[in-house]
Amino acid sequence: MNAINKPEKQALARTVLELDVNNHAGVMSHVVGLFSRRAYNVEGILCMPVGDGVSSRIWLMVGEDIRLDQMVKQVEKLEDVLAVRRHGAEHQVFERLEEFFR
Amino acid sequence: MPRPTTETLTGAQIVVRLLERQGVRTLSGIPGGAILPIYDALSQSSLIHHVLARHEQGAGFIAQGMARASGEVAVCMASSGPGATNLLTAIADAKLDSIPMLAITGQVPTPMIGTDAFQEVDTYGLSIPITKHNFLVGSAQELLDIIPRAFRLAASGRPGPVLVDIPKDVQNQAVEISEWPAPGVADPVLAAPAELIEHAAAMINAAARPILYLGGGVVHSGASELAVALAEKASLPTVMTLMALGAMPVDHSLSLGMLGMHGARCTNFALDECDLLIALGARFDDRATGKVAAFCPQAKIIHIDIDCSELDKIKTAHVGICGDVAAVLRQLAPQVGAQLRAPWLSRVAVLKAEHPLRLPGVDDARTPYGLIRAVADGLDEFGDQAIVATDVGQHQMWVAQAYPLRRPRQWLTSGGLGTMGFGLPAAIGASLAQPERTVVCFSGDGSILMNVQEFATAAEEDVNVKVVLMNNASLGLVFQQQTMFYGERIFASKFKGVPDFVKVAEGFGWRTLDLDLTDDPRAALRRALALRGPMLIHASIDMREQVLPMVAPGASNKDMIGG
Repeated sequence: MNAINKPEKQALARTVLELDVNNHAGVMSHVVGLFSRRAYNVEGILCMPVGDGVSSRIWLMVGEDIRLDQMVKQVEKLEDVLAVRRHGAEHQVFERLEEFFR
Repeated sequence: MPRPTTETLTGAQIVVRLLERQGVRTLSGIPGGAILPIYDALSQSSLIHHVLARHEQGAGFIAQGMARASGEVAVCMASSGPGATNLLTAIADAKLDSIPMLAITGQVPTPMIGTDAFQEVDTYGLSIPITKHNFLVGSAQELLDIIPRAFRLAASGRPGPVLVDIPKDVQNQAVEISEWPAPGVADPVLAAPAELIEHAAAMINAAARPILYLGGGVVHSGASELAVALAEKASLPTVMTLMALGAMPVDHSLSLGMLGMHGARCTNFALDECDLLIALGARFDDRATGKVAAFCPQAKIIHIDIDCSELDKIKTAHVGICGDVAAVLRQLAPQVGAQLRAPWLSRVAVLKAEHPLRLPGVDDARTPYGLIRAVADGLDEFGDQAIVATDVGQHQMWVAQAYPLRRPRQWLTSGGLGTMGFGLPAAIGASLAQPERTVVCFSGDGSILMNVQEFATAAEEDVNVKVVLMNNASLGLVFQQQTMFYGERIFASKFKGVPDFVKVAEGFGWRTLDLDLTDDPRAALRRALALRGPMLIHASIDMREQVLPMVAPGASNKDMIGG
């Protein structure tokens, strides 16, 4: 990625993944480990408990990549992942956070 | 109804009781500070036989040997820190070969986690990428859920290793138990969509040159007979991966043996010509496919696997069916028409005649192939009652090529991870699981030293394990690759100091046979193999012997060297 300058980097297509997961220590590690061990960068991460706190929702922003289908299948295989939904880069969850990153 | 009786038990006692309730009767491990409460509870069990390994990696592979031979979840144990890190290689090996295993590790007490306490290591973090799932237990109560779940996870779907890390205070914590959970068993398998089955059947019926490609999943799902029956009904020439050897008897008329890097020329040539590849429980591993773009270039692909993430991972399937191989074959077989396929079978027969697997020296028991066949002949009439384990290297490939494997679960080898040191402890485990069988472990002088300490365990348990040590005083496969691909620059692959393995084994209390010193190696082998108990059979092999044919790593399977 180093050879790509910033505007080009932003032009790369993004995907937003929405994961429902069990809420306990280690779940995040299971999820991001799948990406890091493939040298697949996760650009953005958000996680908050939902409802009574038994489960959490993880939002991931990742680059569109030929490996993405395989990544989603691998994430779905994790015991603590209850559901995975794919959204386009236009999803607002990260967009609306951007003011905290200026 | 009588009121359920309430017992007060510690976490350690709960673990042991849950293992007993799962039907565990043998497990392997090594105690240490952080797992002593569980060992104390284990000492009171009249049902579980604990096998004391001499290195935790040995304990892990003993459990693997039990699991591979039986198909049941097997258990190993280790203490925290180095005990846990020593287990990791055996766990990673189980992950890559989809072996159902439960590893239980002790951990420092909860309040000390994260303080760099004595023998503390992040076992949970270390084991994430090499387990199917893992747990760090927070309370004794949780064990009632976690232990049965761990068994269920290890056995369900694509089997694999599960690790449960239990802090010492949790092991000592007492809780009241009034009700026990049901033992964890594999989830039931689901039926595959009817339209995919129809589509696959139509493709098989329409194919002119189909090949059936069996992987380890066929063995795991108990689908060998169904796969052979399908091959016979539809006249499908059949190839096997290293992990699937034994699924179809190697002398079956439809068998093309092992495919890939060290497969016969006829096998890889047939794949090159096929117009339909039916992959059952196989994952298109690079050692099987060679250069993927050149693998079965003319073929449509039907891929059946219980792990949905294997479909389209390496090769895009024309029909991908996510399901248990046995269940899918039961649905599929009635829709596949009986065919003779005479033109294709005669073409395959021509390939077999022109490019057979060459086994030079097979009649001479002092050559690699000859020794392997002599061992098979010396075991029993068909050589298929025994279990055959291997280490990793040239000897492993020679055995894969030459041993007449004829039944599933006869063959125990480290396929995915390729772990030297696998053979001896895995053979011990197989013998513990099936004591009525002779277990032969083919090994090399490089591999055997990697878990040589398990000679002591084997002697202590008096297992019926025969180690056939093919000694070429080198790391043979490295030597071979340096000879073939690195301009014969032999480096770090020849041993200058070679131990006297016969004396080493005798020192551990093993009986020994040095074939180098016998006039009639076949007769000596027959006598040695008939004796019960551990036995080292030592045979010197020429360092320049090679495993052939060979596909260079990254090359196309049809570009084979030698053979």
